[in-house]
Amino acid sequence: MSYLGTVLLVAGKDLRTEIRSREQVVSLFVFALLILVVFNFAFDFTIVDFGSLGPGVLWVAFIFSGVLALNHSFRIEREQDRIEGILVAPIDRSAFYLGKVAATMMFMSAVEAVLVPLAAILFNQPLTTRLGALLLVLLLNTLGFAAVGTLFAAVTTQTRRSEVLLPLLLFPAAVPIALAAVRTTSHVLAGRPFQVYANWVWLSGGYDLVFLAAAVLLFDFALQE
Amino acid sequence: MRPMWSRVLQITTLLAVPASLYMVFVVAPIEEKMGVIQKIFYFHVPSAFMAFLGVGLCAVMSVLYLVTRQRRWDLVAHAAAELGVVFCTIVLITGPIWARPVWGVWWTGEVRLTSTLVLWLIYVGYLLLRQNAENREQAARWAAITGIVGALDMPIIYKSVEWWRGLHPVVLKMSGGGGLDPVMGRAFAACVVTFTLLFLCLLVERVRLGRLEDEVESLEQQAARRPLTAATDAGGGSSR
Repeated sequence: MSYLGTVLLVAGKDLRTEIRSREQVVSLFVFALLILVVFNFAFDFTIVDFGSLGPGVLWVAFIFSGVLALNHSFRIEREQDRIEGILVAPIDRSAFYLGKVAATMMFMSAVEAVLVPLAAILFNQPLTTRLGALLLVLLLNTLGFAAVGTLFAAVTTQTRRSEVLLPLLLFPAAVPIALAAVRTTSHVLAGRPFQVYANWVWLSGGYDLVFLAAAVLLFDFALQE
Repeated sequence: MRPMWSRVLQITTLLAVPASLYMVFVVAPIEEKMGVIQKIFYFHVPSAFMAFLGVGLCAVMSVLYLVTRQRRWDLVAHAAAELGVVFCTIVLITGPIWARPVWGVWWTGEVRLTSTLVLWLIYVGYLLLRQNAENREQAARWAAITGIVGALDMPIIYKSVEWWRGLHPVVLKMSGGGGLDPVMGRAFAACVVTFTLLFLCLLVERVRLGRLEDEVESLEQQAARRPLTAATDAGGGSSR
């Protein structure tokens, strides 16, 4: 089987499991929505300017639900020792990694696709101007988060305290992504031209490339038994 | 049973500490504007250098470990990461003590402060991950991954925090520059040398301690096996 075929197979497997069980996406949605609602109470958005806080609120919701998605992604492989099957399968470990990144991307994007319009309603904002730029920003930063997150999740889910250890390792490592995501999102929502935040887009893109490459090389070591 | 060179290193450090303290507190003049609080810079900046040395050494040793799978590289990587966290903690404590009288605040979002804090968090995570591994081999492998990712991340974190702040709050030129008195410069250089010696001393001792821990563990495993064979000889069960 081709390399890309393996990647798609792994991602497809996670997608099919999800479609059949529907245990993941619903809880992710509700969790992310809950974060928005909590912030909606915590800050009075009739007084506070949405442009200064809104992107941060959105990305807190995406990142927190992303951690849930990552933990789930490897917990299902640990259940009934499915991971053993993957380890003995004649596939490239890095292809398995990229498949897992793709699956995490799908779940996080699904949450984002619902949450962004919902936030527009909840906070009375025209979020959908400049849709192309917004999609680019969401995609690049979600990819960076999923790239590092998948590598760390593969490690931490082998411990008994993965719920704590994953965010502990991932949040500091993902600081550039969090900053770039919030800054670019607020520039996009304010309708500023691309040149204003081009630096940040390059930073996100660079982060994605560096850590995808590093993780492809390192992932093999994360799973050895 | 310490080798000779390690003894020499320890004695040199022992002599270097009072010598550089003398340089800092007696020889070097008191800074005009900041006053005596400026002296903290002789400890703060070398600590920062040692924190970076620890993190860099940890990353190099992690790569070596993953490539060769030799235990000794992991022992050095672990020791370097621990020392990195220790010196980073010193930086994070001495920084605000200096900033309060000079900048008027304990903490600001200044780029070096913030990225040092993130660095500290990453390597505390590194140590916690090690603690949660089931065996030494697993701990070494996972830690190496974290050490490499952390080191790759540092320049990106620094850059992103710098851009995030936009314009810097006025940062006093602390190191070098034209204004540094040559006597102060010498005291500072003495401190850097002393801190490096101290770092090496602690590193050597920590690696030695790691070796001893390994030895104890394998002795314990041997001891655990022995009664098991005796029990099976006598027709006993498999539990020890």
